[in-house]
Amino acid sequence: MKYIEPHAHMVSRTTDDYERMALAGCEAVCEPAFWAGFDRSSPDGFHDYFCQLTEHEPKRAAKFGLKHFCWLCINSKEAEDVKLAEEVIALIPKFLDQPNVLGIGEIGLNKNSRNELRVLEMQVELAAKHDQLILVHTPHLEDKLKGTRLILEVLKNNRHIRSERVIIDHVEEHTVEMVLDAGMWAGMTLYPETKCTPARAIDILEIYGHERLWLNSACDWGVSDPLAVPKTALEMKRRGHLAGAIEKVIFANPKKFLQQSGKFKI
Amino acid sequence: MTKQKILDLYFLEARHKLIELAAFLDRVERADGQEDFRLKSFRAALGKLKSKQSTTEVLLAFSDLTTKPIAKAAGKGACGAFKK
Repeated sequence: MKYIEPHAHMVSRTTDDYERMALAGCEAVCEPAFWAGFDRSSPDGFHDYFCQLTEHEPKRAAKFGLKHFCWLCINSKEAEDVKLAEEVIALIPKFLDQPNVLGIGEIGLNKNSRNELRVLEMQVELAAKHDQLILVHTPHLEDKLKGTRLILEVLKNNRHIRSERVIIDHVEEHTVEMVLDAGMWAGMTLYPETKCTPARAIDILEIYGHERLWLNSACDWGVSDPLAVPKTALEMKRRGHLAGAIEKVIFANPKKFLQQSGKFKI
Repeated sequence: MTKQKILDLYFLEARHKLIELAAFLDRVERADGQEDFRLKSFRAALGKLKSKQSTTEVLLAFSDLTTKPIAKAAGKGACGAFKK
């Protein structure tokens, strides 16, 4: 069954993972800019990373017939240093015309600090100025509820932001409703221990329906599974979901959202 | 899906997780030293299992329910329970 992986950090994955994803039916992979597991020491580190996402990673994916797209930003874990963030944000506009750049992301909050919030506002403004789609990371575990509320406030307060052009990722049972009620898209991240399991993600689909929701693995350098989306599709099948409903969530929905960028063509 | 089908699909897995949870609590009980705020949140979350929307209630039991941003991020990680 064909699917789109709308959130995967492939720079942290092996070439074997690309092959396994292609074999499982993946048609395209989308890679938001994120924290590398350590803090970069200067804006130059981010410049090189943006080159990796826009020039080099698409070539690695293409070897397995996969289209590669990306999102650019400074992530919330490196946003406590506002001066660094300003310098990194200044680098982004020159990359926005690259053919695989879908928008600004994954911006958001991590510990819900004032500086993180300030940097989030700057990047929402950047997206508004350049008419870019937005992909939002919500905080982990105990910080998710508060962070999601603060993020929604920032987005609603910017009158240039259209809700249907924003996806709020890593939703769980206690945050999905507020995101959908705000008219935005919601992403469910399938992780073995934190975020959603396949069973819980399907529960959410059964409760809230199939509109403006997608599934992603967010596979990265930590404990994560690049095949989490097709495995969840299999679980949906076991639970009696029809092929059309499964295809909508793992292919048609991400395609519909991402096509708004004008660059997502598969 | 019927309740019967859900039980067929998930009962053994849920039973396994419940026993793991019980074993975890026994392990903490046997160990020396002091427990901390995480276990307090954990016990509060256990109390939510009988509520109607227990998944949401359990998640809320671990969550920071304050509304204002903090002055400065002291670190990057989350531990799973909010320290009040």
